[in-house]
Amino acid sequence: MPKTTDNTLRPSFTLAEKLAQGNLSASACYQCKKCSSGCPLTFAMDLLPHQVIHLSLLGQEEKVLTSSTIWVCSACETCTTRCPNGIDIAGVLDWLKEEALKRGISVAQPEVATFHRYFLESIKAGGGRVAEATLVRRFTLFKLRRKFDINELKENMKLGWQLMKRGRMRLLGSHAPKGQAEIKEILKLIKS
Amino acid sequence: MTPMKITYYPGCSLENTAVDYAASIAGITPLLDLELEEITDWNCCGATAAHSINHELALALPARNLMTAQKMGRDVVAPCALCFNRLKVAEKALKNPEGNPLGLSYQGAIKIWDLLDYLTQETYLQVLSQKVVKPLKGLKAVGYYGCVVARPPDITDKKDYENPQNMERLLTVLGATPLDWSYKTDCCGAGLALSRPDIIDTLTQRLYERALAAGAECFVVSCQMCQANLDLTQERISKKFGKHYDLPVLYFTELIGLALGHPQVKEWLAKHLVNPLPLLQKKGLI
Ligand code: SF4
Ligand code: SF4
Ligand code: SF4
Ligand code: SF4
Repeated sequence: MPKTTDNTLRPSFTLAEKLAQGNLSASACYQCKKCSSGCPLTFAMDLLPHQVIHLSLLGQEEKVLTSSTIWVCSACETCTTRCPNGIDIAGVLDWLKEEALKRGISVAQPEVATFHRYFLESIKAGGGRVAEATLVRRFTLFKLRRKFDINELKENMKLGWQLMKRGRMRLLGSHAPKGQAEIKEILKLIKS
Repeated sequence: MTPMKITYYPGCSLENTAVDYAASIAGITPLLDLELEEITDWNCCGATAAHSINHELALALPARNLMTAQKMGRDVVAPCALCFNRLKVAEKALKNPEGNPLGLSYQGAIKIWDLLDYLTQETYLQVLSQKVVKPLKGLKAVGYYGCVVARPPDITDKKDYENPQNMERLLTVLGATPLDWSYKTDCCGAGLALSRPDIIDTLTQRLYERALAAGAECFVVSCQMCQANLDLTQERISKKFGKHYDLPVLYFTELIGLALGHPQVKEWLAKHLVNPLPLLQKKGLI
């Protein structure tokens, strides 16, 4: 038999084993597709939620970890609520995002991944609370560096100005919580 | 009467972009003899970002808030769908009989509420019905609950998670006309608002269309993320889809203030992007 060099055909079951554990219990899936039927984000997905579960159980790690689906899922919890087998599909998708980053895989939706990272870094920078204005500014710069879109920039500046006029932009950051030692310990979990 | 005291978890947005929501909450609670006391020294719950890419942090952040709330000894209310949800996630994890991953000792004697649920308890609805001075006659609204305040029910402990009714009950008490529609717990995708605005446009425009089809003149919301997503995007979406949408997005707390005659309602409403005044003037409510 010729040796395959196509990684997508070589199953790896570490992922499948992980997902079968605990409350994720993905192995109970019988592919009824109820999760995908109720999902409001399918129009933006490359794999449907039930396909992510299926492929994960088949050990097709590469396919699921590099998918857009895991990032464009909005975590609305409709699938998890409705699954007849009690599978936490939204939880599986979260788990896959974290795993993709851990493995250093080039993710399909870098904007989304970066926003999450910036958000956490902003909690850290704020000593435990998010300063929204600073976060938005930083993320806007990131997006501009990737793709300079003058119209989007104009829109954003206009929106920022409208919020500012209404006193809805706190420019000097958030009030940091004072329980410094304790909160610092937690914020150590954020690796920037 | 001495006011009833309750612990309050405002969350980051309420000291940033959602100052209108914060002010309306601070404005109406005294009218209901309710005193809110912030969780001492609270921190951010980590929101979508934490549960997406750092599950340890996603638990540790709300758990810290919950432990402090336990010390304060009273039930906790959260005005944000996601803050509520994350507190409930932490509660479930800390109450796990097999031990919790953080090794914290949580007895679970306090209850976690989302603000809308708290203020629409039967007793408050009765108080409200007695205090209404300006019934919101003729105001046709759809209630928009957002998603994670109800789901998943194993976490939120909600019974009517597919079709909640408390916003409609409240609107009826205030004299408005709540309309039925089937999108009240659909997702608006707020977590992607900055990273994938194109997705938001699709989801949110769908909500505008459904609300209009139901005959609504405005949305009523109980979460600042939902508010921002429906309100801040309306001009952009109108342009993109070539149709002028004009659907004010009101907080339920603002409507309570309006019906109870709170003097600062106009100041709160002035912070919105879609100006609610023309509609309210037309109805003779302001
Ligand atoms: S709803 Fe549950 S059982 Fe059905 S396909 Fe989705 S994950 Fe599988
Ligand atoms: S949580 Fe994600 S996958 Fe599940 S229904 Fe919502 S958007 Fe779809
Ligand atoms: S949901 Fe948002 S505002 Fe609420 S605490 Fe969490 S991060 Fe801060
Ligand atoms: S409806 Fe939108 S803002 Fe509200 S909870 Fe859901 S995603 Fe968040």
